[in-house]
Amino acid sequence: MANHKKMYDKREVVAGLVIFVLIITFPFWYNLGKAAPAPELELTPTAKAAKTCVLPKEEMKAGHMQLLDIWREKVVREGNRIYVNKSGKEFTMSLSNTCLDCHSNKDKFCDRCHDYASVSPYCWDCHVDNPKEEK
Amino acid sequence: MNSKYMFSLVMVILLFLIAYIGVEVAGLYRLFGIFIPYLAAFVFVVGFVYRVVYWAQSPVPFRIPTTCGQQRSLPWIRPASLDNPSENSGVVIRMFLEIVFFRSLFRNLRFNFNKGQKFSYEWEKWLWLGSILFHWSFFTVVIRHLRFFTEPVPLCLQWLEKADSFLRLEFVTDFVQIGLPGIFMSGLVLLAALIYLLLRRMWIPQVNYVSFAADFFPLFLIIGIAVSGILMRYFAKTDIVGIKEFTMGLVTFHPKAPEVSGIFYVHLFFVSVLLAYFPFSKLMHFGGVFLSPTRNLANNSRAERHVNPWNYPVKIHTYEAYEDEFREKMIEAGLPVEKELTTNGG
Repeated sequence: MANHKKMYDKREVVAGLVIFVLIITFPFWYNLGKAAPAPELELTPTAKAAKTCVLPKEEMKAGHMQLLDIWREKVVREGNRIYVNKSGKEFTMSLSNTCLDCHSNKDKFCDRCHDYASVSPYCWDCHVDNPKEEK
Repeated sequence: MNSKYMFSLVMVILLFLIAYIGVEVAGLYRLFGIFIPYLAAFVFVVGFVYRVVYWAQSPVPFRIPTTCGQQRSLPWIRPASLDNPSENSGVVIRMFLEIVFFRSLFRNLRFNFNKGQKFSYEWEKWLWLGSILFHWSFFTVVIRHLRFFTEPVPLCLQWLEKADSFLRLEFVTDFVQIGLPGIFMSGLVLLAALIYLLLRRMWIPQVNYVSFAADFFPLFLIIGIAVSGILMRYFAKTDIVGIKEFTMGLVTFHPKAPEVSGIFYVHLFFVSVLLAYFPFSKLMHFGGVFLSPTRNLANNSRAERHVNPWNYPVKIHTYEAYEDEFREKMIEAGLPVEKELTTNGG
């Protein structure tokens, strides 16, 4: 920057730049002094006892929503309720009766990651949190 | 084959390979995850400010009325207060319409010979449409990404996501599954608009003639960003919680690069390149639009005097002073004077 040169309309330009820098650095000052580690999930005793989910943990973590979408299609459109995973184990394709059977603690399992990643799945529009407790 | 866009395309492919190989083969997670993004963000902010300050050192002494409307004149002639504003309030509205709705692009016309030799102006809005779709969807995508940089995520961002995914596009076959996670309109509109803007530059001869590598490179780069983002969201799924932990680490200065798939690092590297490239490129029209003198100055040249700051201080001798100096001699020589000699003045 040439120091001998004069800035014209300095007040307006500097004000504009300050606003620009404030907006651009928003994520830095918004989170100042906060630590936001990934949420820890709690597994229910049933889930712990089962050891493995329908698919390996890493696949479930990234792709559980796609699996559920396919399950819904199979059940609702094709009337097929049985899912066989790669190791040959059979599962009933049901969010309420299979998934939520083990993971009956929606608020400490599903919601923790969903809230962290700002995802609001419409599953819960119809499915109740915990069907077992409703009985 | 056009070397201008081939060069840009090859550069973007090269950047893709650098990031992909750098992470998948060489395992340079910290370089691509921490060092380059911080450097790029720094270059972006400092470069942007430098560029604007540099521009602000150019004086714009005179008003540059673009002749889009009647300027303020006699009271019985109606002035065009938005196209040729004489006051700052009009300028503010003109700037707002320009920045937010690209009004000057909207005015685009095409000249054509219609029905034989009849010259006509055609309504040409495709550039405006492609452009506004691109800018607004890109803006939405950027704002939406703030969910990775805020914890807790502000409610307004959640509303934006809801609005963006309101169209529940769902499609399941044995081979393809889309619908969950919810389809964000902005991502698809962004990609479609980019492809239109790119094809326009390739296929319309007049536009192709004025397009250079500096025009194609950002297009290819942003297409790369959009494609890698769409891939990660809908197809080659990545662990989103792990990624948010990483991005939150970046903004709280405790970064820990995760060992996720190369495609995430390609996405991040493309964004870093875009940020670092920004201040040196035509993309600076983001800052430039605020400083365009044909838009941001009121046309008040007739009402106010604007002095050119680089005028040399010329020593002037007015006719009045000249006559004062030579009045007696002028009268003697019989030359006409404006002021006669006065008894007490002579």
